[in-house]
Amino acid sequence: MSIQNVMAPADIAARRRASVMAALVIVVVLLVLLSLGVGPVRLSPVSVIDALFGGGSDVQQVIVREIRLPRTILGLAIGAMLGLSGAAMQGLLRNPLAAPELFGAPQSAAFGAVLVIAFGLADVRSYALPVAAIIAAFASVFALLAIAGRNAGLLILILAGLAISSLAGAATALVMNLSSNPFVVLEIAFWLLGSLEDRSFRHVMLALPFIVAGAVMLLSQRHAFRALSLGEETAQSLGVDVGRLRLLVISGVALGVGGAVAVSGSIGFIGLVAPHLMRPLIGHDPTRLLVPSALTGSALLLAADIAVRMIPSTSDIKVGVLTSIIGVPFFLYLIMRERRALSGGVA
Amino acid sequence: MTDLALVTARGLDVKLAGRRVLRDVSLSLSSGHLVALVGPNGAGKTTLLRALAGLVPSDGTIHVRGDALSSLSLRERARRFAYLPQGHLVHWPLPARDIVALGRYPHGATDPARLTATDAEAVLRAMQAADVMEFSERRVTELSGGERSRVALARVLAVEAPVILADEPISSLDPRHQLDVMKTLRAAADRGALVIVVTHDLGLAARFADNVLVLSDGRLVSQGAAAEALSEQVMAEVFRISAYRAEYQREAVIVPWAEI
Repeated sequence: MSIQNVMAPADIAARRRASVMAALVIVVVLLVLLSLGVGPVRLSPVSVIDALFGGGSDVQQVIVREIRLPRTILGLAIGAMLGLSGAAMQGLLRNPLAAPELFGAPQSAAFGAVLVIAFGLADVRSYALPVAAIIAAFASVFALLAIAGRNAGLLILILAGLAISSLAGAATALVMNLSSNPFVVLEIAFWLLGSLEDRSFRHVMLALPFIVAGAVMLLSQRHAFRALSLGEETAQSLGVDVGRLRLLVISGVALGVGGAVAVSGSIGFIGLVAPHLMRPLIGHDPTRLLVPSALTGSALLLAADIAVRMIPSTSDIKVGVLTSIIGVPFFLYLIMRERRALSGGVA
Repeated sequence: MTDLALVTARGLDVKLAGRRVLRDVSLSLSSGHLVALVGPNGAGKTTLLRALAGLVPSDGTIHVRGDALSSLSLRERARRFAYLPQGHLVHWPLPARDIVALGRYPHGATDPARLTATDAEAVLRAMQAADVMEFSERRVTELSGGERSRVALARVLAVEAPVILADEPISSLDPRHQLDVMKTLRAAADRGALVIVVTHDLGLAARFADNVLVLSDGRLVSQGAAAEALSEQVMAEVFRISAYRAEYQREAVIVPWAEI
């Protein structure tokens, strides 16, 4: 058999992956246009594009460029970061149930933000909030690495991550418990539900650098995930610095997710679900799943954020609530459908 | 200059969790040889293999082609030592061909869909040598144990490293597949590689190895051609068994017979 014959099926698979990617990009672009058009004032995609580039009435321009554009950019970036983090964590831990929540960074970020709100240092629209959230996310990663040690195995990392996320959750509850002002408690509770409402370019500028830095760190290690499919020791024998990989992935997730949580509150299940949606289309290769999972994360969060604006209800439904309400049953369905493949995956 | 040692180790000491697993092991091995590393359970065979690959920290010195192992980058080590661990674990259902292509990772071929001509040829040679062509597109998780072990072997051959370290590559295989794997490794040695195989099968060690190393309690207690390295005295003191010994087709035959 010749080289051409051996490589031919790989080419077919590569073409299919390319068309899946193209379809994902189209879906995301359409959702972006929709997200810019949906709200109390509905705008058609044509007038959205018009307003975006300086056409249309002044009101339309303000609506699209100053109210809906930051919200849409955040949906795009935060969704992508969550999807990418989920795929990276599942690749690192070689476990399809892994998620960014596992190492406690989002919970710690939420705690940092809640602390700032509770002490009245800032309201939910100030700069102090994201800064506190990112500091707390970093502190949690630092604590994780200090507790688990530099050469810790995955089991130790998972246990330490579980402990840290539980502690962050309990600390958040304690802050709410001790708060004497019921309005503050309500504000915290709503903020924790997760939302992209009323976010401005200030929020975008604060979250985006961290999200981009985190994503760059994760993507810089993309090839190592495939080698890691053979286990840590074999990956090391192939020339992968596994200790450094682990450090970079955990830090990248903390940075990106910390930045995301700071401006959006906690938005669950996108990181877990996005890679699962892509596996039937892209395959199980953890390296190839990274970018499609990021695009899927964007699509999911944009769609959810569009849905909360369209669902008629007396009070606003928070997008974090919606992603969890839809995400969890869907995830259960995926687990049942892939039960055989999943149990066969760890051979 | 064929006798020039490819791999030398001097005074190798390894401590794992405070226990000395290897004690003062020194060896000198040449290319083109198949070396069987034998010894009772817990003798330190896997640890010696991992120390040679640089996967566990060790005291003492290891040189490969005259270069100190500690002076080589991870990637350079990976190009010189191809390591086949026990169990042939694959965590995701990837196609067999992609697993084999990971053998080119140390050479910078990170994407199995975009291999250079050199890398693609190495992958092809390895798949032919290990006889995995017929299921190269199938997911490894759908393969039988014997097929999966051949895929793992092909991955190691694809590195085309001067040294192949194989940890119990034939345990859990049927006799036909055991012979298959040993013959493939023998062929790699005949093409010029140094192949070190950890095994409990003294019969196949005697049949295929140029050189047998016997480890006992972390020490290298005996080495040489199978008949001498696995002498009656070594069998009695190290393995605490007696063996049936003979010669068949000019190869040593050693069959474990009774415990003593």
